[in-house]
Amino acid sequence: MLHIPVLRAGRAYRSLNTQTLTDIRGGAPVAVVSQANSGLIARDLNQTAAYQRSLAEIPAQKLYDMSAKAADLFLNATLPVDPIDGVLQSREDFITCQSATTGLPKNMCAANMEKVATALRMTKTIVDGLSRGVDQDRLNREYRREADALGAILPSNSPGVHALWVPTPAMRVPVMVRPGSQEPWTPMRIIQAMIAAGYPAEAFGFYPSDHAGANEILMRCDRALFFGDARTVDAWRGTGRIQIHGPGWSKMLLGPDAMANFQDHLDVLVQAISANGGRSCVNTSAVWAPPGSRALAEALAERLAAIEAKGLDDPNARLAGFTNRRLAHLLDERIDAQLAQGGAEDLTAKYRKGPRLVEIDNTLFLQPTLIWCDHEHPLAGAEYLFPFAAFVEMPAEDMPRRLGPTLTLSLISEQEDLINAMLDSPHVDRINIGSLPTNTVRWDHPHEGNLFELLYKRRAVQFAAG
Amino acid sequence: MTSLETRIEQAKEKLDAQVRDVVNWHFDPDNGTPFWLKYADQLDFDPRDRIRCYEDLKLLGDFEDGWLRKTPVREWIPQGFAGRPVSVFETGGSTGVPKSRINIDDYKTDYELFSNTLCDTAFPKGADWLMVGPSGPRRLRLAIEHLAQHRGGICFMVDLDPRWVNKLIKAGKHTEFIGYRDHIVEQALVRLKTHKTIECLFTTPKLLEAICEKIDLADVGIKGIFCGGTEMNAQFHRFAKEELVPTIEFVPTYGNTLMGLACHRPYQNDGDYTITYHPPLPRAVFEIVDPDHPDRTVDYGETGRVRLTTLTKEFFVPRFLERDEGERARPFDLYPWDGVSNLRLFTRFQESVVVGVY
Repeated sequence: MLHIPVLRAGRAYRSLNTQTLTDIRGGAPVAVVSQANSGLIARDLNQTAAYQRSLAEIPAQKLYDMSAKAADLFLNATLPVDPIDGVLQSREDFITCQSATTGLPKNMCAANMEKVATALRMTKTIVDGLSRGVDQDRLNREYRREADALGAILPSNSPGVHALWVPTPAMRVPVMVRPGSQEPWTPMRIIQAMIAAGYPAEAFGFYPSDHAGANEILMRCDRALFFGDARTVDAWRGTGRIQIHGPGWSKMLLGPDAMANFQDHLDVLVQAISANGGRSCVNTSAVWAPPGSRALAEALAERLAAIEAKGLDDPNARLAGFTNRRLAHLLDERIDAQLAQGGAEDLTAKYRKGPRLVEIDNTLFLQPTLIWCDHEHPLAGAEYLFPFAAFVEMPAEDMPRRLGPTLTLSLISEQEDLINAMLDSPHVDRINIGSLPTNTVRWDHPHEGNLFELLYKRRAVQFAAG
Repeated sequence: MTSLETRIEQAKEKLDAQVRDVVNWHFDPDNGTPFWLKYADQLDFDPRDRIRCYEDLKLLGDFEDGWLRKTPVREWIPQGFAGRPVSVFETGGSTGVPKSRINIDDYKTDYELFSNTLCDTAFPKGADWLMVGPSGPRRLRLAIEHLAQHRGGICFMVDLDPRWVNKLIKAGKHTEFIGYRDHIVEQALVRLKTHKTIECLFTTPKLLEAICEKIDLADVGIKGIFCGGTEMNAQFHRFAKEELVPTIEFVPTYGNTLMGLACHRPYQNDGDYTITYHPPLPRAVFEIVDPDHPDRTVDYGETGRVRLTTLTKEFFVPRFLERDEGERARPFDLYPWDGVSNLRLFTRFQESVVVGVY
């Protein structure tokens, strides 16, 4: 069977601890994944200064060119996945494996590959955008590097998030990743593409592991990205050295002026809630609109309910299957229990064919769900791993003060006072003004923090005159 | 030379004899154990008459976990040992009431027997020891010191409170955890650097990693490491031998408060790092059973839950379903009775956290 190894400074290492990845549709084994023990991770991470030196002397333009080359290799090349046995993986094999273990339909796997490839191809633009155009070859004249390696505790929910860390080696900082347990595929393929494109192998660590291994990376890398659920990431908040990527609580807000022609915004709302199977942190989990919006809510529910579960190989599939069957049941039951408390209505129920939880091709899906409730209801602040949103009526003047943490906010309004109030809000990370879905992401913009500013700090450097 | 089959048979006879001795003792009205005497009152037979071999222990039913948590500890002391100094050792118990076990000499006997399995080159007689690990209410507090003394050495100690470590990790207090770990490692380093007579080390896998980050143990004269703890597995065994302490004898060991100390099948330099433990028969015995039908012993190589029976005159625990699972291992020349490989927490007890994955 395919054996995905640990990569230690780019060198493949097979651990005696393994986990088997199975096809969520029937449990057939897809691969075994070597699990790094935390002592091994610790031992390697003591060498990061040496790993960093492997990148230090490469000119910035060469780094960007290698990243651009890696973009093409990532998309189309046949790349090592099990270097010890010399097993290579084609694009098609990659998509098949990824879909099988993550529940993402194949068409979404392909779309997410494009996102990652775009970030690789645009590395120069991203670095320039995040650093505001600082000359990367004279960086130490203005900036101090904050870490010899970036740790990255990565998720399994959507492969598109890997676009966030791929510019790191081009910023001359090695990356030490802990892949999501269901999704070793994308980080392994990115690393192999970057090595094949000319990056030094020492710049990459790939450590599938348990929580203890992840903690080891977070403790030992001076800077890290941490994707996780709210409870896990909370323990690492406030350190200043770890960029947290937790739940997004992304929202679409409509001002009173947007309601006259609300039909025009339906496509945007459907996309914001359901794109990528609703699995991203930039998917909308709440829609707020002024009182009198029931007709919009009904129309949106009808459109969302039309998105039906299909098999993962179906080119028109728009929903992702649950890798954890128990979780699918649990979420369905939790939503029903919260509806039963009163004060909330599942608007999609009457338009949907069949129940919310359905099984197709041995895979459990939760079908899109739009909840009508007030702002105080527990479902108003819920965020789940499928197209799920709460529709809340709220006077526009109340919206700014009730906002709360929001990764991406899209405000459909031309009302200046409302726009200014949102721009002034301390809660919003990314903000779109106008009819843009929350999942419109440009990688050269900061996303839950600025990767360049995480890795480099501005400082004073003075030379004596003469 | 006696064949393996004969040795297996001899071991079984020895076990059956031990069962008879131990049952006769614990159920003896004059010398017996208050807990077991009360238990016998509810039975419609006298265990001393009916229990003649290991298989007969079934007549007593399964030993219940709660008995070791709630029974007043003095009810476990056999009357025949009245007046002897008694120690009490506790199991993990990071939350709630831990299980307790009384001990008089058992831990000494267990560690003396274990001492016979250590090689004198790596664990020289007369060498001093450093113990860096869980002490407090645990048996290791006294056991490692006794091992050192039994071999003619003196034991230096650095104590660790694993319950506090668990609390820190569960609460996500990572900085405090690192601070505590460093505090322990610093103390170990001071002793290793100061006392040149220390040649043997007992510690846990995690602490061994942390110590090896700071110091080359061979450089400070360590020749043998006796290592045990829940993180011990084949990968750690290999990692220790290949990377952490390649020139030092590394002896992975499993013990628990109820059983005593197991012995592990020695590494054969063949790249097979599987850790297989054999209980200290006839003082304790494992059966690896089907978790759904504990009366069925699984086949060799098959995964099952560990059922432990402890058979000493100090302490009798028949047929206790442990919180561990592993693969049933075959008897071999050195230990001609069943063992267990890849011991780990029973899968159904492992915390299953259902959370989103953003």
